[in-house]
Amino acid sequence: MQSRSHRFKENAREAIADPHIQAAMAKMKVGFTGKRLAAAARLPEFEALRDAARDIKNHSLANLDFYLERYEEKVTECGGQVHWAPTAEDARKAILDICQRVGAKTVTKGKSMISEEIALNEHLENAGIAAVETDLGEYIIQLRKEPPSHIIAPAVHVSKEQVEADFRAQHQHLPADRSLSEPTDLVNEARQILRQRYLDADVGITGANFLIAETGTSIIVTNEGNGDLTQSLPKVHIVIASIEKVVPNLEDASTILRVLARSATGQEFSAYTTLSTGPRRAEDPDGPEEYHVILLDNGRSSMLGSEFQEMLRCIRCGACMNHCPVYHAVGGHSYGWVYPGPMGAVLTPNLIGVEEAGHLPNASTFCGRCESVCPVRIPLPKMMRHWREREFEKHLTPTSFRSGLGIWAFLARRPALYRRLTGLGIRALGALGRRRGRFRSLPLAGGWTKYRDLPAPQGKTFQQLWAEKQKNGGSSK
Amino acid sequence: MTSAREQILGAVKTSLKRNGPTESTPEMLAERLSDPKPGLIPERAQLPHPAQVDLMESMLIELSATVQRVTNVDQVPDAVVDYLKARNLPQEIRLAPSRELLELPWEGQSLLKTSSGPAREPDQVSVTGAFAGVAETGTLMLHSGADSPTTLNFLPENHVVVLRSSQVVGAYEEGWARLRRAFGNGTMPRTLNMISGPSRTGDIEQKIELGAHGPRRLHVIIVEDGDASA
Repeated sequence: MQSRSHRFKENAREAIADPHIQAAMAKMKVGFTGKRLAAAARLPEFEALRDAARDIKNHSLANLDFYLERYEEKVTECGGQVHWAPTAEDARKAILDICQRVGAKTVTKGKSMISEEIALNEHLENAGIAAVETDLGEYIIQLRKEPPSHIIAPAVHVSKEQVEADFRAQHQHLPADRSLSEPTDLVNEARQILRQRYLDADVGITGANFLIAETGTSIIVTNEGNGDLTQSLPKVHIVIASIEKVVPNLEDASTILRVLARSATGQEFSAYTTLSTGPRRAEDPDGPEEYHVILLDNGRSSMLGSEFQEMLRCIRCGACMNHCPVYHAVGGHSYGWVYPGPMGAVLTPNLIGVEEAGHLPNASTFCGRCESVCPVRIPLPKMMRHWREREFEKHLTPTSFRSGLGIWAFLARRPALYRRLTGLGIRALGALGRRRGRFRSLPLAGGWTKYRDLPAPQGKTFQQLWAEKQKNGGSSK
Repeated sequence: MTSAREQILGAVKTSLKRNGPTESTPEMLAERLSDPKPGLIPERAQLPHPAQVDLMESMLIELSATVQRVTNVDQVPDAVVDYLKARNLPQEIRLAPSRELLELPWEGQSLLKTSSGPAREPDQVSVTGAFAGVAETGTLMLHSGADSPTTLNFLPENHVVVLRSSQVVGAYEEGWARLRRAFGNGTMPRTLNMISGPSRTGDIEQKIELGAHGPRRLHVIIVEDGDASA
């Protein structure tokens, strides 16, 4: 998909002024967080399982070449085929080749973020193949011609009234006087429409939450059952997965599964966890005749061994964005590419370059909530700092920012001068702001005072207060 | 010309700076695949067997499934008909073609129409067995095979599962151990479904709706045949 990450600031400004997005964000920021908290509280081993999940992913990444080779061996042994795709283009080509070879007209799709990453739908449509998203949220945004705004709740920004309007516009063969005011009506209508699509489809494409080296298995985790209908009715099942999804064995996957749904939706376990291994066996009465796995690299191998390796632990639960105050304020589309929120702020510059996506790692208050809820304990703020450093090294930060930082660095290296200047500044500001207690505008601080007042300082710097506290005996009292 | 495969594996090896010994020896890695060890198992999954069956039942109910317990497998046809009547469903079921299900005394149900095989689009009610029930989250394990078509688990609006209490285990890992005994180490059926309640979605304003694409209702008949954990 075409990136709009470089205009993050404009995107964010528009999102903040959009009442639909603001209403949707107000709802999502209480929903997900409360459910996760309750699920975590109910499982005493939750924190220990997070450690175990982190360790499993670390081990898998440290031995990724070994596990990928063993995984491929097993897939082949079971009659499936692995297609290695170094780039998005390679992946698109491999998928289109399969679809064209079997003469596919309709392809159904389970939810896959990788598919968004490689812009698969567009590619298939250009070749005259209808690509139908079957996850309800993905179906809605496909009708709206929008990208997902959340990695597990792609239509979280859309209200039910908007869905109703989209369905009325798109499903014109249905009676105009039907009731569509409740989510139940909308879910039923989508069920009815998509049911026929599953039956018509020649190829079913799903993503993968895990690949198992032990058995050559791919795993998808869903709630709707759309992934299962997508992969069991057509003649061909294509799995599209990135290389870091491989874990050693079923036990390892189980440990991670115990933290996945709880972190994502607050469910104990998602409704459907489905393990697929190869095509249907000779004696099977149903299931696909062909099974293909597209293994996508697209920049991930170069994250290994770098300061961003830990990002490859990500299991795409969405907890970081569910808990992010910046995401809550600006919504997922502002981030401008496939992956929003804190995980997107770290991953996106890795995949499309810091030149394009440099705003994203800056869109953080560094409050640390993302890291505190991450089921595999990815140090997201630390890695956003790495991107800020790289941005600075590459001279991508604006001149005003660089010169400001230069002045600060000059002073910080001269503590006596620093203390004198900050002491002076604070006294001056305190005196100026004494009457109102706050400033409506200040030179050099327009970016702040444009949206809110700046409280007037009350006379002393932090360092002065600290020094007094130390002198008055004891550091903690 | 290097193949795409060599290109990716080469890049992985280069990035990992794989030219000396690593923490794990090749033997350790191979053993992790040939002899997988369970990790941390929650205490909740380690109850005595009768309590596991109770937990299975209460977790299923929490997931919006319904449960009926019977003491003898011959009571299953009655239980199925009761279920159909209580929900005003047509007296017609699609059975998984397993001997265990086909040999039940269906002939006693004069109004019930039965057929067996993979699901067809108009089928409204499927009746299948299960491979295991995992008590820790009320999760059913079903696998594909000649006598257990996967489409029965997803196409009909109502899915009735006959689960023997001896099939109930505490943790997912016990399910894998049973699977390895049934299929052999490192070998899987084409599809293994872990099913936790009926199909659902929260994609419209996060309001949970049942029956998004898969079954709207999941009914589990637990046949109490003791604890045959072998």
